[in-house]
Amino acid sequence: MRRLWALTLPLALALASLPQLTGAEEQIVTGLSQNRVEITANYDGSNILIYGAVKRTAPPPEGPRLEVIVTVEGPAQPLVLRRKEKVAGIWINQSAVTISSAPSFYAVATTGPFTEILSHTDDLRYRISLPQVIRAIGITAEAADSPDFVEALKRIRMNEDRYHIAIGRVQLLQETLFRADVELPANLSDGNYKVRLFILRGGQVIDRQDRYIGVRKAGMERDLFNLAHEQPLLYGVISLLLAAFAGWAASAGFRYMRR
Amino acid sequence: MQIYLPIAEVSINAFLLLGLGGIVGFLSGMFGVGGGFLITPLLLFIGVPAGVAVATGANQVVASSISGMLVQMKRRGVDFRMGMVLLIGGLIGSFIGVQVFAWMTALGQIDLFVQLSYVLFLGLIGGLMFVESLRSILRNRKQGVAMPVRRSHVHTWAHRLPFKMKFRVSGLYVSIIPPLLIGALVGLLSACMGVGGGFILVPAMIYLLGVPTRVVVGTSLFQIIFTTGFTTLMHAVNSQTVDMVLALLLIVGGVIGAQIGALVSTRLQAEQLRILLALLVISVCFKIALDLLLQPAELFSITPLVLP
Repeated sequence: MRRLWALTLPLALALASLPQLTGAEEQIVTGLSQNRVEITANYDGSNILIYGAVKRTAPPPEGPRLEVIVTVEGPAQPLVLRRKEKVAGIWINQSAVTISSAPSFYAVATTGPFTEILSHTDDLRYRISLPQVIRAIGITAEAADSPDFVEALKRIRMNEDRYHIAIGRVQLLQETLFRADVELPANLSDGNYKVRLFILRGGQVIDRQDRYIGVRKAGMERDLFNLAHEQPLLYGVISLLLAAFAGWAASAGFRYMRR
Repeated sequence: MQIYLPIAEVSINAFLLLGLGGIVGFLSGMFGVGGGFLITPLLLFIGVPAGVAVATGANQVVASSISGMLVQMKRRGVDFRMGMVLLIGGLIGSFIGVQVFAWMTALGQIDLFVQLSYVLFLGLIGGLMFVESLRSILRNRKQGVAMPVRRSHVHTWAHRLPFKMKFRVSGLYVSIIPPLLIGALVGLLSACMGVGGGFILVPAMIYLLGVPTRVVVGTSLFQIIFTTGFTTLMHAVNSQTVDMVLALLLIVGGVIGAQIGALVSTRLQAEQLRILLALLVISVCFKIALDLLLQPAELFSITPLVLP
């Protein structure tokens, strides 16, 4: 009897995981309209087209529909969030929480609402929705109403065009071809922007692919930025000389004009 | 025409920046104030990060002050000796101010501290100047053109202190203690609030030292060039927040504005000039006070931490 169990158990397990195996036969193939963004003096935001297809060896399986989620994530940094409260008639910064890491940019586009297409466990595992991306671990100890702070971070950054949630904005054709457009704002920081593409069925991620967009300052913008950080004293002196020269030139110019 | 600012890391319309620089430069040339108390809030308003706004604002003030001072110099409107005494006081003050700034930043209350200082000093000085200049305008009206013999300056308690020094351009023989103290106060505020301090310096020179209005503007600008220059350099070295592209656009607008302002100021009477400056100072004070008293639209603020 025990022997029989030993034989059938692996078989049963294999059968149980069969739907996932067939799922894994759907693979994701992706591309980006550009994988470099150069920030020059006249940079004013850019539009990235993220596209892809689902590669299959068999016809698409029956059951839950295929769903797609695309995320773009900028370099992360720790933050302090402060809240003003009324003390003695004036509004001053009173309570504060520290967020260990929040991306400077985050855009997520999907084929449908999170509650319908993404299970909570996979959201936790892959950190897809905004509350998972903002790492606010341990903030409950700092303020009684810490969720308000995370909510505020989300709200402020969405107003600044730094965070986007585009529900239903991934176009999916015939459960095979898909595309999403992501606007990179004008107030962009340098770094590697991680693009993640997920295909899902029944709330489970069945395949994913990562890509990167390199965002770099270029030309004069880069030279000035590097000078400011590598030779700060020289940079400061140049700034002052520039100011002194401009002040003198304007004064001399006007005197000349009045003659 | 949008232009990307490399240090501020935002993209802003270049003509908007030229215009802002022009307005602030105009006021600077007209009143002898650096305009730092205007440029910093204006830059914040159009989306420049706070650190960059303070540091780059200081850099812009350097340029408009030089431009304005050169005009005053042609007219013998700069008392270099007085300027140097104020400057020595200013350096001592800004050294203390840097420590206070660091202490308030550590407490997380630097914004409040800056705003309260603004309200207190702008309100006090604006109010005093307004009342005084209004009174003297009314007096002039009543008496018509027949004015009594005017002294070139007013005798104050500042004349009774020791360590007297002759300030020939101002026509003063006063103790150097009051100018040193005033310079120190301005330096302190400059380091804490990121302003040149002209709005304090100008009235303090007129009312406390009795410096004639004719040389006040030029001498104030002389002192401001050095305090804001020092501030710019400190910020460039310590926090890399001086944005040269932003500064250049503000400067081009600013120096032109300063020239026009200086021309306009020669057409106005001293009392009119003072009452206009008083109104400007009071309105900025009023705006900041409202910000403190009314519930802000956004209670939360984000401060990025520097990675260790």
